[in-house]
Amino acid sequence: MTALASAKDTEMVVNKQSASPNRVIDIENLSLTFETNDGPVNALSDIDLKIEEGDFVSFIGPSGCGKTTLLRVIADLEKPTAGSISVNGVSPEQARLNRAYGYVFQAAALYPWRTIAKNVALPLEIMGLSKAEQQQRISRNMELVNLTGFEKKYPWQLSGGMQQRASIARALAVEPDLLLMDEPFGALDEIVRDHLNEQLLQLWAKTNKTVVFVTHSIPEAVFLSTKIVVLCPRPGRIYDVIESDLPRERSLDIRETPEFLKVAHRVREGLKAGHSYED
Amino acid sequence: MTDASLSQTRSMNPFAGLMSGTIGPVTVVVLAIIALWYISAVALNTQFQQDIYARAGQSDVSFSQLVTDTLFQERPVLPAPHQVLVEIWDTTVNKKITSKRSLVYHTGITLSSTLLGFLIGTTLGILLAIGIVHSRVLDKSLMPWVISSQTIPILAIAPMIIVVLNAVGISGLLPKAMISTYLSFFPVTVGMVKGLRSPEVIHMDLMHTYSATRIQAFWKLRLPYAVPYLFTSMKIGMAASLVGAIVGELPTGAVAGLGARLLAGSYYGQTVQIWSALLMAAFLAGSLVALIGVIEKRTLKRMGMAG
Repeated sequence: MTALASAKDTEMVVNKQSASPNRVIDIENLSLTFETNDGPVNALSDIDLKIEEGDFVSFIGPSGCGKTTLLRVIADLEKPTAGSISVNGVSPEQARLNRAYGYVFQAAALYPWRTIAKNVALPLEIMGLSKAEQQQRISRNMELVNLTGFEKKYPWQLSGGMQQRASIARALAVEPDLLLMDEPFGALDEIVRDHLNEQLLQLWAKTNKTVVFVTHSIPEAVFLSTKIVVLCPRPGRIYDVIESDLPRERSLDIRETPEFLKVAHRVREGLKAGHSYED
Repeated sequence: MTDASLSQTRSMNPFAGLMSGTIGPVTVVVLAIIALWYISAVALNTQFQQDIYARAGQSDVSFSQLVTDTLFQERPVLPAPHQVLVEIWDTTVNKKITSKRSLVYHTGITLSSTLLGFLIGTTLGILLAIGIVHSRVLDKSLMPWVISSQTIPILAIAPMIIVVLNAVGISGLLPKAMISTYLSFFPVTVGMVKGLRSPEVIHMDLMHTYSATRIQAFWKLRLPYAVPYLFTSMKIGMAASLVGAIVGELPTGAVAGLGARLLAGSYYGQTVQIWSALLMAAFLAGSLVALIGVIEKRTLKRMGMAG
């Protein structure tokens, strides 16, 4: 207990000394309790997590472990009931107002009355950018997700994978340093998902953004991440944080290597242990 | 277009061609209504016709004579369709539009107060809905009034509106339009409240992540989402508006308008005139609602929401 406390103290000192220009997300003792008709539900309990600039962090865990809730707290879509969190050194609300992050939802959530280009333009219109700047960002980000040529199409004319890519382009168009993704490929089939995972990695390498990625797929988490956060439910808490030593540049073939399997194994063990006392 | 090719590949049912598409079924229904109408006309007018025969001392009238006579009475209980059509033809094509006996003139009067009332009602309905959706206080305070306003019988309140407005010097088109407004704002308010609240949570969250203001969220998300709801409620509002205009014309002393025609017809037992005004009102309502339907289709197509 004391060891833990002192470890935390030193960490906090380090934190203050460096003023951490590279620390994007800093979460300490964070808890979130939902008040429901059946009594309070501990969605998140005692979360401590640091995310550095350029990290690709995955939250993985079974349903109800609070991984999406944690992401929503970072995005200021939920308010924590205890503890502290800072995003880019300020509160999540301030970070949201600064448009510090782009958020990709489980569903593409494109507006059906807007063309793809107009959908990508949506946040830019809200930010009040000039038409020329909007146009530039639209074409640049649509190219990044390989959707050039589909500007004038409506969402229903695109496949699910393309729709999700468009929603990623929309998040990127804000040009944030931080990308928050909530199971963006969860509804897609395996082949499309593999392909998009590869594209996402290339994008991350190209842009050097910080990515926080929620998933319930072990291979996806291990393939993408530099850091894997294993959560377990009731109450939602962090069970294990795995720093992956896989090289930053990777192709799908890496999934056959022993290093990959080792990390995947540790994730699986974590998920199992977090679950074990349930029944 | 595809109907022809479809019906060819279907079974050998001789009615397959007739019942595919929209013209076939509609024609069948219309013919059925006309047939029923003629039968009812004969049945309902027989009593009066037999009274006439009795008074004239005619006792041996054949059935076919009876049927013919019941269909050509001057003031029948139920006029036959051809009598109504002849009356409509007479009072539209054969009369000058400016004539007080022209049905087109009266229809025009009713149409103008319908449209004005509809316009005000729709605007009012949209504004109320915007207020209700954005303010909890307005939601709690206004919504019960909006609903209870519609429980007051329009026939009771219409003369009051006319009398009160006349007392303050407002007469003519506006009081009638107010009654149309009274009826037509309600479906628009209810429909728009539903529409403006219909965006999915994920779409609202998206706006939140962009730190969009409420005004931005309204223009870019809530309003486009509400457009289909708006058109549906406008169709109901338009029909209600026409009812309001006609009801508004009843207490004005039967000066002009389809309502006045109905009232004058019932004073003098001119059933043919009543029925022609009725048919005209129905035709007018149908056309106005169809017009909104066309605008709806075009708008949704332009918005990319209808394939």
